[in-house]
Amino acid sequence: MKLSSQKELSLMANTIRQDIIRMLVPAASGHTAGPLGLADIFSVLYFHEMSYDPKNPHWPDRDRLVLSNGHCAPVLYASMARAGYFPIEETLTLRKLGSRFQGHPSRHWMPEVENSSGPLGEGLAIACGIALAGKMDGKRWRVYCVTSDGEHQEGSTWEAAMFAAKYKLDNLVAICDRNYIQIDGNTEDIMPLGDLAEKYRAFGWHAISIDGHDIGAIISAFEQARGTKGKPTMIIAYTTPGKGVAEFERKYEWHGVAPNKEQAQKALAQLSEERKRIEEAKE
Amino acid sequence: MRLNPKMHLLDPLSPDLKKAATREGFGAAVAEIGDKDPNVVALSSDVAGSVQLHHFIKKHPGRFFNVGVAEQNLASVAAGLAYAGKTPFIGAFAAFSPGRNWEQIRTTICYGEANVKIGGSHTGLDVGEDGATHQMLEDIALMRSLPGMLVLSPCDYLEAKKATEAAWKTKGPAYIRCTRGKLPIFTTEETPFEVGKINLLVEGEDIAIVATGDTVFPSILAAAELEKEGISAAVANMHTLSHPDEQMLAKLAQRCGTIVTVEDHQVKGGLGGAVCETLAEASPARVRRHGMLMKFGESGPGAEVMRKYGLDPKGIANLVRQELGAWKKEG
Repeated sequence: MKLSSQKELSLMANTIRQDIIRMLVPAASGHTAGPLGLADIFSVLYFHEMSYDPKNPHWPDRDRLVLSNGHCAPVLYASMARAGYFPIEETLTLRKLGSRFQGHPSRHWMPEVENSSGPLGEGLAIACGIALAGKMDGKRWRVYCVTSDGEHQEGSTWEAAMFAAKYKLDNLVAICDRNYIQIDGNTEDIMPLGDLAEKYRAFGWHAISIDGHDIGAIISAFEQARGTKGKPTMIIAYTTPGKGVAEFERKYEWHGVAPNKEQAQKALAQLSEERKRIEEAKE
Repeated sequence: MRLNPKMHLLDPLSPDLKKAATREGFGAAVAEIGDKDPNVVALSSDVAGSVQLHHFIKKHPGRFFNVGVAEQNLASVAAGLAYAGKTPFIGAFAAFSPGRNWEQIRTTICYGEANVKIGGSHTGLDVGEDGATHQMLEDIALMRSLPGMLVLSPCDYLEAKKATEAAWKTKGPAYIRCTRGKLPIFTTEETPFEVGKINLLVEGEDIAIVATGDTVFPSILAAAELEKEGISAAVANMHTLSHPDEQMLAKLAQRCGTIVTVEDHQVKGGLGGAVCETLAEASPARVRRHGMLMKFGESGPGAEVMRKYGLDPKGIANLVRQELGAWKKEG
């Protein structure tokens, strides 16, 4: 399903945010802030940018999405469900015994996802391997790798960054969710990451910095990435963790906890208000 | 000494046995497999020559990728290639792969169900001069604990080729443990190699020596020594460590009473561990584990280091004598 207008994509992001809240409540554990912050990016990825076929998840010519920060699984599950991979009601089984909606995405339990993730700092390397295979075989599909800022503290992320530049993987575009939080606190207090865009440029990448909630900016960043030849592209997306729910926004305490029923009701009320504002806004 | 005729071995006491490292067998096999299978790619972390991947590079330069000194990336990039339909062979020093990248192997290769073949070279005290940091003595334990991982430990050049070929033919993750040093080639093309099957090389009744990798040949020489004293020692080659041959181990335990395991690896978690776990459930028997007694190695020529820690024929024979003596006294 392709959505053409920014308004529709914003509405989809809002839908995804509500889905995230709804699936986290019965799970009673999981991650809230990161998934909410990534909703606009996932809306653009699944409803504007990527080619795929939910009825044929292993369609050889599909674009590949590698989620490196696996704890953001709820935003992936909600987006894939809305894209037609699974019934949205089933996402309410998140983290329950026997559910394919594992706490962190698993290729074993859910062959529709490209990679199993959870341990940080691995997705970019996996994406490099997939992109390299695509290059070797002369394929036109692209690889999208969603990473977190915190996992740039893992040295393995930088090993992959060097690799992608060496092999000129211009069929790879990575997105870094620059939300400045991690489990123990703010990234710049725990282990400063500094100017990630400059770091990537120094590693031989094309780097773009955007507001990760500006649908138009996200769309044009992906366009720019597609037009960039001879090097991979990193999109540093500045986001607000917990976006859309005042109580959760910019609070690292919401990195790894799920809302209870009461908190969820308040959150959903705020998101519904936001939805009305999006609907009423001029295109 | 009664060599098992079904094993088609060369005379282990012949002075004319050729020598080659098992890493050379791995490298030769990967190059040949590359000819047969265009999906095969190879990767290394700056030690392509050391793990003998230069044969592959020469034949298939466009299908080799050097990740630099970055073993974590080595494993995860290989996983990505496998997800996209390739069959990657990755080669490095075992101390660093799987030593450093165990978690990547666990998550991206095993849990991720990636068809990646891992060649770990420079294992055991055999490494010699480089010393303890490079003498990988814990890799079997690391790999044997992973769900889905096939763990192979060949005893000579030809068996290393067969093991590599078997890993290629078996879908899923595999680890092939190789040595740096040259080992006598005493098996032949006709020697069977079946994943999960122990090769009973020498028949014997008094005690059974179960060895793997570079300790198989010295164990045969130990059996030859013991025979002179009237001790009939069986020698078995357990090349598959992930899937112990329960039937053969039980048979050996019942026939010989005592089993001595010999490995160029820590005595915990490796061959000795695998044999004990298997027999404890299948056919309880006395097992004496021989190998590194939870210590780190040291520098020196490989053969001398192995001698110091009792992994030469004399050391193995001494251990068997000790074991039999102890039991005679009690009996």
